[in-house]
Amino acid sequence: MNRERIERGALRGLHGFGLIFFLFLIAFPFYWMVVASLKPLMILAMDPLNLWLTPGELTVRAFQEVWLQFHFGSYFANSAYVSVLTVLLTVTLATLGAYTIARLRFRGRTFLSWSILGIYMFPPIVIAVPMYALYTNFGLRNDLHGLILIYLAQTLPVAIYMLYSYFKTLPPTLEEAGLIDGCSRLMVIRRITIPLSLPAIASVALYTFMIAWNEFLFAFLFLDSPAKFTLSRGIMQIADNVNVSQQLLMAAAVITTVPVIVLFLVFERYLVRGLTAGAVKA
Amino acid sequence: MADRKTPDNSKNSKDFTGESPRQRSAWNPFRRVSTLAQREQRLAYILLGPPSLFVLALILFPVLWNFWLAFHRVRLLDLRRFTWWELEATVNNFITVFMHYDLWPALSATLLYSTGGTLLAIVMGLGAAMMVHRRFRGSGIVRGAFLIPYIAPIVAVAFAWRFILDPRGVFMAGLLGAGILEQPINLLSQRPWAMISLVAFEGWRYFPFNFLFILARLQAIPEVFYEAAAVDGATPLQKFLYITLPQLKLVLATLFLLRFMWTFNKFDDVFLVTRGTAGTRVLTIKVYDFLIGEFNVGAGAAMALFLFAVLGLLLYVYFKWVMRRAEEE
Repeated sequence: MNRERIERGALRGLHGFGLIFFLFLIAFPFYWMVVASLKPLMILAMDPLNLWLTPGELTVRAFQEVWLQFHFGSYFANSAYVSVLTVLLTVTLATLGAYTIARLRFRGRTFLSWSILGIYMFPPIVIAVPMYALYTNFGLRNDLHGLILIYLAQTLPVAIYMLYSYFKTLPPTLEEAGLIDGCSRLMVIRRITIPLSLPAIASVALYTFMIAWNEFLFAFLFLDSPAKFTLSRGIMQIADNVNVSQQLLMAAAVITTVPVIVLFLVFERYLVRGLTAGAVKA
Repeated sequence: MADRKTPDNSKNSKDFTGESPRQRSAWNPFRRVSTLAQREQRLAYILLGPPSLFVLALILFPVLWNFWLAFHRVRLLDLRRFTWWELEATVNNFITVFMHYDLWPALSATLLYSTGGTLLAIVMGLGAAMMVHRRFRGSGIVRGAFLIPYIAPIVAVAFAWRFILDPRGVFMAGLLGAGILEQPINLLSQRPWAMISLVAFEGWRYFPFNFLFILARLQAIPEVFYEAAAVDGATPLQKFLYITLPQLKLVLATLFLLRFMWTFNKFDDVFLVTRGTAGTRVLTIKVYDFLIGEFNVGAGAAMALFLFAVLGLLLYVYFKWVMRRAEEE
């Protein structure tokens, strides 16, 4: 009984300490990012440990400068365009595709559902070299639509897999009722399956948005002209510029981070459910 | 709710026009059986066509074409006026890659980075999941917060960490202030700290992914197991070792496999956090160096192929090992 009591006590201590440790570890870089974007570097460099937000010291000049002079307004618009279009295309195609694999019988079904997961294995950098060659050749390289196509191909397999696992949990009887009553398959999808799967679809949309918004490698390799930069690419651009201060860079980082975090906080519950739906068993 | 009723509406309208499916089947019972299956198949191909085509064209095709590029002499400039049949076939790319002075250091750096990063992220994920497994006040918020490092843009967090870990940054100021260090260390460009920092960064960024799946599995462990153990007088540590861990074995093995694969293939994090300096030049960075640094597309493709082959070999060994373990049990 003694050992039991010791372990229990230790566990309680560990739990409290661990929670604080983890929360600090997660929050600190983001908090620091905000502080560094608001405090002039002169003040922060003198006393790096003073991370209080003292009203007199703060300035939003870095944000204004990044947004206007360094064109982050237009990068933001590009990122938004790419992400929203990717989400719309992925969600539409993935819903239809996942429904097909989950419900329709056709030749090649098992093969297809396995090959979806096989896609996981290919490293983006392996794809990047030939795509670079191909896109250069077709003039799609310095083009946001070329990026959208790549993001679409990268997110579709996972999106289909997530929706497929969700559709599997829906009772087919509802759809059969619809079919018997004379709905076509597409009507069944639109009127029965989609309304019932809104949480899963929301989670897929959020997942896709995050991938497209945060993507770095292809945007970095493929985009040349500043008019077409996404936010990630834009940050790399100003990071190479010696005249750009840490404060400016962190303001850009905050601008890039805020939309994803806000969307995540709004849709969080769906994402957690959607990502783990059926996936743990696999 | 309104949507669920729609089938009933359409039923009424069909009945009104006198074309209910039952009537139709009465006209030609044989034909209907076959056409329904055929129609289903045709619809399946129509619906799956576009996604399959995209994935085929933008993932499988590039992977295959990569093979071709690796065996040809392709420079970045050749791509502008691309007449691919005119390019010269060669195995020089592989000679370039294998003779390159830091291929083997890069391979060992990759293995160290992916093993270390994967293990740390799994251990942290397990710890995080254990902490919020039992509900308490605010546990929902904590669970959400635990996911944030994973969803934030990589470029933003990588730069934030670079500044934090800078010799003149807040981390070093803290260590110096506390008297732990006397001289600041350049954590991102000094051996072996660069690799240690990189692995720590991987742990920080990717533990949420593991956390999510471990937590889901934890919640599925039947409570009776713990109750039975409590009756037998098991302590918390024993419960963890003899119930929780064996139950998590499968999900931990799967996560290790997935995360290892992904970390092995990772370019962004290394490129952004340490720039591939001080012993962190991994294979993916070398692909980039060939492609952008030396304008040698062929060598880049050969390097990518090498990366792919090593990963394939590792996966093969892993599955062999898993199979043997499974047979023994």
